[in-house]
Amino acid sequence: MEASKVIHAIYTDDDVLMSAVKKVKSEKHHIEEIYTPFPVHGLDKAMGLEPTRIAITAFMYGLVGLTVAIVMMNFIMIKDWPQNIGGKPSFSYIENMPAFVPIMFELTVFFAAHLMVITFYLRSRMWPFKKAENPDPRTTDDHFLMEIAVHGNENELQSLLAETGAVEINIVDKEAH
Amino acid sequence: MYTFSNKLKTFSIILVVLGILGVGYGFMTSHKSFEEVETLLEHEEHHGGGHGEEASHATSGHDTHAVADTHGNNHGNNDAHGGEDAHKKHVEHVMHQIANRPWAALYVAAFFFMMIALGCLAFYAIQIASQAGWSPVLFRVMEGITAYLLPGAVIVLLIAIASGTIGHYNLFIWMDPDVVAHDKLIQGKSGWLNLTGFAIRGVIFIAGWVAYRHFSRKFSIAQDTAEDKSYFKKSFRISAAFLVFFIYTESMMSWDWIMSVDPHWFSTLFGWYVFASMFVSGITVIALISIYLKSRGYLEFVNENHLHDVAKFMFAMSIFWTYLWFSQFMLIWYSNIPEEVTYFISRFNDYKLPFLGMVVLNFVFPILMLMNADYKRIPWFVVMTGLVILFGHYIDIFNMIMPATVGDRWFIGIPEIGSILLFAGLFIFVVFTALTKAPLLVKGYPFRKESEDFHY
Repeated sequence: MEASKVIHAIYTDDDVLMSAVKKVKSEKHHIEEIYTPFPVHGLDKAMGLEPTRIAITAFMYGLVGLTVAIVMMNFIMIKDWPQNIGGKPSFSYIENMPAFVPIMFELTVFFAAHLMVITFYLRSRMWPFKKAENPDPRTTDDHFLMEIAVHGNENELQSLLAETGAVEINIVDKEAH
Repeated sequence: MYTFSNKLKTFSIILVVLGILGVGYGFMTSHKSFEEVETLLEHEEHHGGGHGEEASHATSGHDTHAVADTHGNNHGNNDAHGGEDAHKKHVEHVMHQIANRPWAALYVAAFFFMMIALGCLAFYAIQIASQAGWSPVLFRVMEGITAYLLPGAVIVLLIAIASGTIGHYNLFIWMDPDVVAHDKLIQGKSGWLNLTGFAIRGVIFIAGWVAYRHFSRKFSIAQDTAEDKSYFKKSFRISAAFLVFFIYTESMMSWDWIMSVDPHWFSTLFGWYVFASMFVSGITVIALISIYLKSRGYLEFVNENHLHDVAKFMFAMSIFWTYLWFSQFMLIWYSNIPEEVTYFISRFNDYKLPFLGMVVLNFVFPILMLMNADYKRIPWFVVMTGLVILFGHYIDIFNMIMPATVGDRWFIGIPEIGSILLFAGLFIFVVFTALTKAPLLVKGYPFRKESEDFHY
């Protein structure tokens, strides 16, 4: 892939960053990425990012967990070996259901929580030994960085970003990936 | 300032009138003579296919001992004398159940509306004690709802005492000296379960709750025009103190007013269980009244974010209620100790639909309807779910009282619906009258601004 040019505007305050994002958006420039040291409330809305669907996946994983619990307990306790254990009625699932509820609950939570976390890791491409994609180490401490793709309009973009209060504006070559 | 619309006032008065007619009808038709009950039972035996037989075996209902005798007689000796005796006891038992029905219907509805006000008061105290930043714009709505606490709680206590003085022990058999004389278990509990103690404790509970309600309301209104924050500090202090008082008295109230209808039965988490029911009902009514007032344009400072928070509480407390309901049921079901499991056996045999139906209404429905964050911001959606939750918690109280008083002779008919209408009308009248007494926004409360700008 050929190298493309991006502009890095660095800010030192999240309020300044927010107003800069709004300005850049209103000028119809595409923001590639924003790096912040902590969550900035409302940034996703200002950037126009789509809301996350991870809660929906968690709900579905929970249903999977509930199904696993029911099928497992039904097979083990009712179908496979319906023993009389302390007089508990193992004749049908519903008759002995209260005893299975703690397991049904825990497996629902277990599946919902763990599979959602794994989904989050996969979707945000996070794993051990993953190479950090950090354009500037200061963005993990106290600086905010906005990355905008350059399509031959460097000067215009530079002056716009300078107006928004950027403390540093760099044009860098970026390996597309 | 809110003005009580004439339409709503007329509506509430119509409800009260219809309710009184229904309750009156219930009391008029509940006095059956021995012969009438006898023919009724014969009639049922011919048509219902052994219903009478079933009823004589029921362990629920008032004189458990009489029933136990009947049971023994039916199985033990079939000679004419024993059979006749058992028949007489059976008829008397059913007669008593029929006579109990309007009392129990009235009591369930009275308690249900009282507990909405009490749950709301506890929520209000928690909001002040925790210095919540989102809820102050709803304080006046909560104060309006808790205005029903004084009349509501006094009515509940009066019905309970009347059932043991002018009534024929229609709610609490431990008030009947004749039953106590033949019942070792109740005799052992008579140190707590006696009418004088019951009345004194009831008065103390009500006095404590109403005193907090009175002063917190007074401080809240005084803070509107105060120069400093001293009234806020005072109401903070009494809220913290009230919450301590409340959790003790609420627990004892649940033993006295509800658990003692089954004086042979006891459960340790019962107080919490009743609390969960009243808390979620109270929060639901806050949501419903706020939505109503907002739709009439009285709460322009309340937005969908506040609704979202209230709906989250409805959702969470519905699950909390289910957790306690299931914990109580499952522990008793699992160990199956005869002395406590009869409570659920009578409910399971005679009350299958309300007993299991309320779990659907109070758990399955809210969890599916209120899980989505977007749905919690839609007023009509919260209203529909709220009505289902309220109905579910009425059934919850119904399930607590009815099996012990009317046994398998339950039905949701004119006495029950009449009682609901009566207290619903009274509740609407008292609450909306109280809402007209003060501006709907707390002016001087320190967190007012934060609450007005609240967004989630």
